[in-house]
Amino acid sequence: MSFFRFSRRKFSGDNIFEAVVGLFALCILILSFYLFRELFIGSELSRNTFGLSFLATTTWDPVNEVFGALPFIFGTIVSSFLALVIAIPFSIGIAIYLSELAPSGLKTPLSFIIELLAAIPSVIIGLWGIFILAPFTRDYLAPPLSTYLGFLPLFQGPMYGLSMLTGGVILAIMIIPITSSVSREVIMTVPVQQREAALALGATGWETTRIAVLPYARSGIFGAVILGFGRAIGETMAVTMVIGNSPKISESLFAPSYTMASVIANEFVEATSGLYVSSLIEIGLLLLVVSIIINIAARVLVWKLRRVEGGGRA
Amino acid sequence: MNRLKIMIILILAGVLLAGCVSKPSEVQPTGQTITTVQPAKTSLTVTLNGAGATFPYPLLSKWSSEYNKINPNVQINYQSVGSGAGIQQITAKTVGFGATDAPLTEKEFSNVSGILQIPETIGAVVVAYNLPGIQKGVKLSGDVVADIFLGKIKKWNDPRITSPNPDIQFPDKDIIVAHRSDGSGTTFVFTDYLSAVSPDWTSNVGKGKSVNWPVGLGGKGNEGVSGLLSQNPYSIGYVELAFAKLQNIPYAYIKNKAGKFIEPTLETTASAAAGAVPNLPAGDASWSSVSIVDAPGDNSYPIGSFTYLLVYKDQADNTNGKALAEFLWWAVHDGQKYSSELLYVPLPDEVVSINEKTIRLINYNGQPLI
Repeated sequence: MSFFRFSRRKFSGDNIFEAVVGLFALCILILSFYLFRELFIGSELSRNTFGLSFLATTTWDPVNEVFGALPFIFGTIVSSFLALVIAIPFSIGIAIYLSELAPSGLKTPLSFIIELLAAIPSVIIGLWGIFILAPFTRDYLAPPLSTYLGFLPLFQGPMYGLSMLTGGVILAIMIIPITSSVSREVIMTVPVQQREAALALGATGWETTRIAVLPYARSGIFGAVILGFGRAIGETMAVTMVIGNSPKISESLFAPSYTMASVIANEFVEATSGLYVSSLIEIGLLLLVVSIIINIAARVLVWKLRRVEGGGRA
Repeated sequence: MNRLKIMIILILAGVLLAGCVSKPSEVQPTGQTITTVQPAKTSLTVTLNGAGATFPYPLLSKWSSEYNKINPNVQINYQSVGSGAGIQQITAKTVGFGATDAPLTEKEFSNVSGILQIPETIGAVVVAYNLPGIQKGVKLSGDVVADIFLGKIKKWNDPRITSPNPDIQFPDKDIIVAHRSDGSGTTFVFTDYLSAVSPDWTSNVGKGKSVNWPVGLGGKGNEGVSGLLSQNPYSIGYVELAFAKLQNIPYAYIKNKAGKFIEPTLETTASAAAGAVPNLPAGDASWSSVSIVDAPGDNSYPIGSFTYLLVYKDQADNTNGKALAEFLWWAVHDGQKYSSELLYVPLPDEVVSINEKTIRLINYNGQPLI
């Protein structure tokens, strides 16, 4: 055995480098493990008290210590989904424009500004949401929606500015930079030959994009969308400031709602009783689990898309 | 072979790291640290660490700088991390003093033996509204406010709102209710008041720093609620007195126990506190039932509360304990003159004399420190 024989050839700089960077990677694993462990231990009291009913009941009453997380789970998923519905067309449009159509003098400054949007602190976006976006949504966005689509339960009831709709819009604004810039990168990796082939067959610009570029970049764009979804789910400050913070499940997007991240941010600091704290920690655990599930599902989908297409890679 | 070695190094490192992470951090006996000032003088610099409620933070930070001018060797650090965290930290003895907006509950009180509760200032909460064309001074009684926040009174021209206000023309508009979404002492005081005046409120909602609101929109912080009010005509909410005065938000006059409609001011809140004095317990007893809402007295504004400092009776260190006791003594006497300019209510003399007795209980090895 030559395990401790540090020959120059075997214990070279490469090995040290590999060990060091491997350690960095391991740190992430350990950190995630302890995060999960702490949340799991911290939520024990709540899990034992409420069991699975925590996930299915809608009462959140800190005074009588009755806690159910369903309105928060509902609020998180619906607001994030709404954000995606709004953000996807914008993001893909921006990405196509920047990679295919924009004059080269405009490409760099435009993408720079879009990425700058991602750097704005969320509390600033939240303040802008309270003072500009919420009144705008109430006065200009909601009235036409309720006039023309008012037959849908989604757009019924009074609108006070702070609502699920406003929360969804602000989340969309926050995820557009990331989804659009990642999509743009992905579309840029589509080989030029792909476009040239389509053009050679007589395709117009739009047809080239539709038949040659987008299918090729599909799995990558999907990945970008999932990245945005992940951000929307975890986003706390801005959405807390505009969603209205009312733990009720309503089918109308005009009604106020509440998200998992918001309730933790709002109530954790002043929560004193053990069960209360434990319930908030369990919501944190749920948030982590929901994000993990969505990320895994997204991985699987991206992987399947790639398998089906064979060609496209991001 | 190489891979094996690397794996072993990694695993060892991982175990080491895990060891570091999982080791519980040791709790210091007290958070008060002594550091010697080098080298000119031999005097000691004492640092008093405190943590807790956000509501008294401006006052405590003013005290910290003013007290430091008088006693340059005493440094006071206050972290406004919230009442809950303040109570946790004083229970774990990681800080020298805590601060809370609500008195300790029976359960919390029994968890920390030898804790003293010292009311250091008084806060008032106002019922604020946005009624276009109508200034401050709409007269409301407690049960009407409770029924508005329960969603039972839905319109501004409800007879129960209009009858005490014959001079005001109320619009036929829906009332938009705004409340705090974050856990806060302000919500505690407000719901404490509603519980005191409305049996319906007690049975349906109750009092707490966060409650299960039957109706309304939640805004984060005083600024969140005032934002909701300013943007939604015909809305009603509640904010701290100081916040409403500084932001010029119109607020209601509230009917007190004596049947008078009282404007919230520093004086009317102070007289509510004075009215509650005969029922106050000793500093080392439980204060869980103390409340100055709906206090007796002709001139008492009914929505207010003490906010408390929490300290241990038995101090583990002579120097720190003495510095702490002296600071507390100063805060409840000379410190009170800084209250009014920051729109806090100064303590009435009766409460100061209760605090004097409490502070005299602070001791080191049985020796009083003041």
